[in-house]
Amino acid sequence: MTTPLRITYREAVKQGIRGALLADPRVFLMGEDVGRYGGCFAVSKGLLDEFGEERVRDTPLSESAFVGAGIGAALGGLRPIVEVMTVNFSLLALDQIVNTAATLCHMSGGQFPVPVVIRMATGAGRQLAAQHSHSLEAWYAHVPGLRVVEPATIDDARGMLRVALASPDPVIVFEPISLYNMEGDLTDAAAHVRLEGARVHRAGSSVTLVTYGASLWRCIAAAEVLAQDGIDAEIVDLRSLRPLDDATVLASVRKTRRVVIVDEGWRTCSLAAEIGQRIVEQGFYDLDAPIARVCTEEVPIPYPKHLEDAALPGCERIVDTVRRLLGHAV
Amino acid sequence: MSGLPDGFKRERGLHLLRQMLRIRQFEDRCAELYGAGHIRGFLHLCDGEEAIAVGVMQVLGPGDAIVSTYREHGHALARGVAMGPLMAELYGKRAGCSGGRGGSMHVFDAATRFYGGNAIVGGGLPLAVGLGLAEKLRGTCNVSACFFGEGAAAEGEFHESMNLAALWRLPVLFICENNLYAMGTALARSESQTDIQVKAAAYDVRAAAVDGMDVLAVEQAAREAVEHARAGRGPVLLEMRTYRLRAHSMFDAQLYRDKAEVEEWRKRGPLTTLTTRLKAAGLMTEDDFQALLREADAEVAAAVEFASAAEWEPVEDLARHVYAEEVTP
Ligand SMILES: Cc1ncc(C[n+]2csc(CCOP(=O)(O)OP(=O)(O)O)c2C)c(N)n1
Ligand SMILES: [Mg+2]
Repeated sequence: MTTPLRITYREAVKQGIRGALLADPRVFLMGEDVGRYGGCFAVSKGLLDEFGEERVRDTPLSESAFVGAGIGAALGGLRPIVEVMTVNFSLLALDQIVNTAATLCHMSGGQFPVPVVIRMATGAGRQLAAQHSHSLEAWYAHVPGLRVVEPATIDDARGMLRVALASPDPVIVFEPISLYNMEGDLTDAAAHVRLEGARVHRAGSSVTLVTYGASLWRCIAAAEVLAQDGIDAEIVDLRSLRPLDDATVLASVRKTRRVVIVDEGWRTCSLAAEIGQRIVEQGFYDLDAPIARVCTEEVPIPYPKHLEDAALPGCERIVDTVRRLLGHAV
Repeated sequence: MSGLPDGFKRERGLHLLRQMLRIRQFEDRCAELYGAGHIRGFLHLCDGEEAIAVGVMQVLGPGDAIVSTYREHGHALARGVAMGPLMAELYGKRAGCSGGRGGSMHVFDAATRFYGGNAIVGGGLPLAVGLGLAEKLRGTCNVSACFFGEGAAAEGEFHESMNLAALWRLPVLFICENNLYAMGTALARSESQTDIQVKAAAYDVRAAAVDGMDVLAVEQAAREAVEHARAGRGPVLLEMRTYRLRAHSMFDAQLYRDKAEVEEWRKRGPLTTLTTRLKAAGLMTEDDFQALLREADAEVAAAVEFASAAEWEPVEDLARHVYAEEVTP
C-alpha cells in the first residue's frame, strides 16, 4: 500500500482519460472544447498538447452527429471516449444513444456490439438554473443495452473509465458537476475498481441510506449529524445505475431493516422509485418501516440559491427524514 | 470605417449611442457584481456586440417577437425590458423580469414579447419559427426575430429551422451573431464552410453578411430584412460579423485567442466607431458624450439599487410556476 495521493475529482477523471490514451492506441477523446479550451470543466487541460489533435479532438456544437460518430468509430474498431459537456446537452444526442448505441448489438443478433464510452457532467448545485441543472440518470438507466455508471469517489473517478473502455457495450459515465473541485485520497484501490456493483461506503446499523453521485456526500454529512444522536447510518453507494446491484442493497436492508433512498432525480419515475420497488419485491419482510425517499422537488431547478437548495435533497432533509422514520419505527 | 450618411441627424446618432452605452455600462456593472457575489451561476456579457442588439431593435415594432440566447442582456435592454427588473433577475429576486427563477441566462418579458434567454445552443430557433407561424396564421404583419451565435449553425436545429421557415414562407429573422468563437472553438475549427450566410442558399433563404460593429449598417440590413419578411416573402438570415471583447463567461481564461487579436477588434468596437464618427461630423462634443455616460451610469445605479432592495421569494413558493396558474383563453 503506497501512501494515498490527495487530488481533486477533476484530476482523477483526467488521470483516467490520460491513462486510457496511454494504454491503448485505439482510444481517443472527442467533444466540444475538449482540446484547445481544455474541457468546459478543465478536465482535459493539457491533453491536447500531450496527445495531439487526432486523439484529443474538438468537435463543433453537433451533439447528435459527434455522439453518433463515436458510435460509428466504435463499430469501426476504435475505442472512443465521447464527452458531451453535460447531460442537459446530451438530450440533443438522445436519439443516437437510445436508438442506435443501445440497440445495434441486439438488432444485429449480437454481431455489432458498440464499445463506446460517453461521459457527461450531471446535476445541480451551482445556480445554473433549469436548463443546466438536470439529473437525468434515470432516463438512461431505463434503457436495456446501455450500461450506466456514476463515480462519486476519487478512486472511482480515476478507475471506472478504464473498466468502462474494457466493456464491449456502450457505457454512459456521469460525473457530478458539484464534485469536480472535491479533494480526496487516490488509493491503490483505484486500479482495481469494477464497473458494476454497489459499495458500502459507511457501515452502520440503524438505517440504510441508498444513494449515488453527489448525493453520496450529502448522505455522509447527514450520517455525521445523525451519529451525534446515536443513529448509526449505513451508506450504500450504488456506483452502477444499470445494472443495479440488488444484492448489496438488500444485504444492507436485512441488517438495518430501515431504508431511505436519496436521489437527485425528481421523485416521479425516479431511480429511487425503482430501488424502492426492488426492495419491496425482494425484501419486504426484512423491513421494519416504510421505505422513505429524499429526492429533488418536482420543479425545474430555480436560479436563486435559497430556492435551489430547497429543491435539492440536502443534508437537512435527509436527517429529518431519517429521524421521522426512526420515530415511526419505535 | 465609412462616414455618416448625408443628412444624418444629431438626435439619431445620440439615440443610438445612448442605447449602446446603456448596455455597455450595464454589462460592466454586471462583471463587478459577479465578482462581489451578487450575480451567480453563469454570466455571459455582450461587450463588442451592442450594435447588433441596438440596430435590429430600431426596426422592430411592439408586435414583433424576440427570441434570444444566454447572452441576451443587450437584446433585452435594447428591446425595452426595464433595467431595474432585468438587474433584479440577475440577482434572483422576485421582482426580476422572470420572477427571479431564470437568472442571467433566462430573461423573459411578456410586455415586450421577449421570449427568452434560451441556454441550449440552437434551442431558440425552432421557437422563433413557431412564433413566425403563429403570426402568419393569425394574419398579422408581425415578425419574429431570433438571435443566436455562429456556434448554433453546427446544430441540426439551425438547418431544420431554416428549411421549415423557408418552406412555409414564415416571417422570421435569423440573426446570427458571428463573433468568431463558440466558447474556445474558433469558427474555422468548427465549420467546413465558415461563411455562415451562404448556408442559407441551400434552403432558399435570403441572406446577407453585415458589419456587426457598425450600428448603422446593422439597422439598414435589418430594415430591409424586416420589410421582406413583413411582405410575406419569407425568412431572412443576417450574419452579423462581430467580436466578443470579454471572455465567453466568467469562467474562461481565454487561452484560445491572442490578446493582440482582442485589442485589434477593440479598436473597431461599435461604441468607439460611432463616437468617432459623430465627433468627426461635428454632431457630438466630448461634453455630450460625458452627459450620455452619466445618464447611463445613473440608470444602472438605480437598477442596482432596485435589485438589491428587492425581496427574495419565500421558500414556501418553491413549487410555483411549474404549471400555469391561469387558464390561457
Ligand atoms: C446544445 C448545447 N451544447 C453546448 C452548450 C455549452 N455552450 C454554451 S455556450 C457555447 C458556445 C456557443 O457559441 P456561439 O453559438 O457562437 O455563441 P456565443 O457564446 O459566441 O455568443 C457552448 C458550447 C450549450 N449551452 N448547449
Ligand atoms: Mg460565437
